Amino acid sequence: MSATDPVLAIRDLSVSYGSGSQAVRAVDRVSLDLHAGEVVGLVGESGSGKSTLAYGACRLLRPPALITGGSVRYQGRRMATPADILQLSPDQLMSLRWREIAIVFQSAMNALNPVLRVRDQLTDVIRAHLRVSAGEAAGKAGSLLDLVGIPRSRLRAYPHELSGGMRQRVMIAMALATDPEVVIMDEPTTALDVVVQREILGQILELKERLGFAILFITHDLSLLLELADRIAVMYAGQLLEVGTAGEIQHEPAHPYTKRLLRSFPSLRGARRDLAGIPGSPPDLRRPPPGCPFLPRCTEGTEACASIEVRLEPVASSPDPWHVTACPFVLPDRTDGPGQARRPAGGRRPSAEELSP
Amino acid sequence: MTGEHDHRPQPAPEQPPAVTPAITHPAVVRGDCVMDAVSLGKDYRLARHQVLHAVRDVSLSLHRGAVVALVGESGSGKSTVARLLAGQERPSAGTVRLNGQPVALSGHRAFRRYKSEVQLVFQDPFASLNPAHTVRYHVERPLRLHRGPLSAAEVRQQAAALMEQVRLTPAEDFLAKYPHELSGGQRQRVSFARALAAQPSVLLADEPVSMLDVSIRLEMLALLDDLRKRFRLALLYITHDIASARYFADEVLVMYAGEIVERGPAEDVTQRPAHPYTQLLVSSAPDPDNLGTALRNGANRAGRPGLAGPPPDGACPFSPRCPYADDRCRREAPALQPISAARAAACWRLDVAAPDVLARPEGGGDGTT
Repeated sequence: MSATDPVLAIRDLSVSYGSGSQAVRAVDRVSLDLHAGEVVGLVGESGSGKSTLAYGACRLLRPPALITGGSVRYQGRRMATPADILQLSPDQLMSLRWREIAIVFQSAMNALNPVLRVRDQLTDVIRAHLRVSAGEAAGKAGSLLDLVGIPRSRLRAYPHELSGGMRQRVMIAMALATDPEVVIMDEPTTALDVVVQREILGQILELKERLGFAILFITHDLSLLLELADRIAVMYAGQLLEVGTAGEIQHEPAHPYTKRLLRSFPSLRGARRDLAGIPGSPPDLRRPPPGCPFLPRCTEGTEACASIEVRLEPVASSPDPWHVTACPFVLPDRTDGPGQARRPAGGRRPSAEELSP
Repeated sequence: MTGEHDHRPQPAPEQPPAVTPAITHPAVVRGDCVMDAVSLGKDYRLARHQVLHAVRDVSLSLHRGAVVALVGESGSGKSTVARLLAGQERPSAGTVRLNGQPVALSGHRAFRRYKSEVQLVFQDPFASLNPAHTVRYHVERPLRLHRGPLSAAEVRQQAAALMEQVRLTPAEDFLAKYPHELSGGQRQRVSFARALAAQPSVLLADEPVSMLDVSIRLEMLALLDDLRKRFRLALLYITHDIASARYFADEVLVMYAGEIVERGPAEDVTQRPAHPYTQLLVSSAPDPDNLGTALRNGANRAGRPGLAGPPPDGACPFSPRCPYADDRCRREAPALQPISAARAAACWRLDVAAPDVLARPEGGGDGTT
């Protein structure tokens, strides 16, 4: 067990909605690693399967969603042996969820119980997952609010008495209540305006530094991730199209979709750039097109794209072997030879022994 | 908004070539004034002795073919301004004029006539369309209401033409669909088509893209811009995304706590903001060229809105959050003061907050700031 082993290792995870001929493959053989203390950004358009991937990895999906394959290995500091989340019994799952992997849900207004005071919601979480007395839980609830910068007087407030930013902070406090190792954040700041968004993101990073949890940050806003994330995974139509560090994604994007995403938001600083959106819409997953899913919207597509198999391979021009893309036309010809064997699985980062010659 | 479709209105030919094309001086590019608002105010009575001043002393003018962006945080009164201009609320103070005539909305007919000139597009495409009706209903209804007697065939043909204009093709397929069968971007296109059906001269767009995916936003703004040019619409673009205002608008008005605190040409205001609140807004926008450093250093000098508490009576509303506030700011609220012909800001401390802007108010869009 080396120190570079990921906390959360998602391997070839597939999730379908429905079954049989009606099945919609929302997540298609996705592999992604999350290391301790790392911020991994998962970016994609609505319906690209990014939330389904994260919830699927925690087994939070209900029918008709069905996990059809893959594994999710979790290895926390508190765990003696790694656990495959997809194989756990309901009891084991209960003790893992929130204690080890917590989630900040997208819409704070809907995720908080409108008839419970903030204090009750916080103590509820604490007492459900930790063995503490009511008094201790109340004290902990207070210190959690301190953590996210809300005055303790607000413990008695109901959710509707709080501003949007404060509600989202309460959600973050709830996620951190049990000192989890992995926090999944599903568009935590999308409904907030920019000033508040920035404060909360700054606070999240600060807490991450202090408490050392890893973050899987889901958003459709790539500009946010470029600033926030250590690594970025670009998801499209249920598949990962590119994974790389924030710097690589920004300066050396390999996949045409990533390139288009980068050109689709206006920049406030610097010279005015030519902007172009991404015309068209994502494919209908009930009838996925053959080959590359981005082909119908891709300006660089060729006939060969319709017959490729989407799989992540290292970007030839990049010195980093873990900068991977699904577009074969930015890759060298690697149809044979020993290169195949060394191909990393998905968004994996090298372990120590792999890096050593 | 690609290079070949430069959306900015070109400077009028009689202007000297000294005006750099990247900087759009509102006074240069504007067509006729279609709508203006003078000292608009809106108060809401919360309780017997408690009044919320949602909008205070807001003046603005919308010109044919030009875009004015209204930027500010949630609760700053942006949407209230839109509702006042759309005639959905009566102002507590001030007047709205359409083509120079004060707007008097007495009665149903006058309101309907007004609506055919001034249309509103809402933020949430999921809530603004009726789930029980097809797209056809949404687009044909304003045609029948506002466009005088049209035959059934004309209505059908006009509806199809509108769908083509918002690029929902094939039109007949989309007209037959229900809102739940459409994506967010397609729904917002239907909202645009519905607004255009009345052939308005003023379009008030209240955060038209903020509910949409980032990848779709730009396309929608480009479409809106194309429609503005084609129909010479006077457009009010309400947003909290100041970066999109830079690309899309000619003039930017920054609102804080119900008042306009800064106004000026879009490029100048976004590149060299004068008011401390505008500076905060600009510094809060994600900055990919400055990876994470600002975030990690906690760059916000100004305090948080929720924790700073309300300003003392009569004080500058931004003073509790302002890093430059002094005694005068806490005593007396500043009015909007002109900095140059095109720019103005409401701040006592501009000499400290933005000395460079005072020294050189125009022409900040060189991209080096």
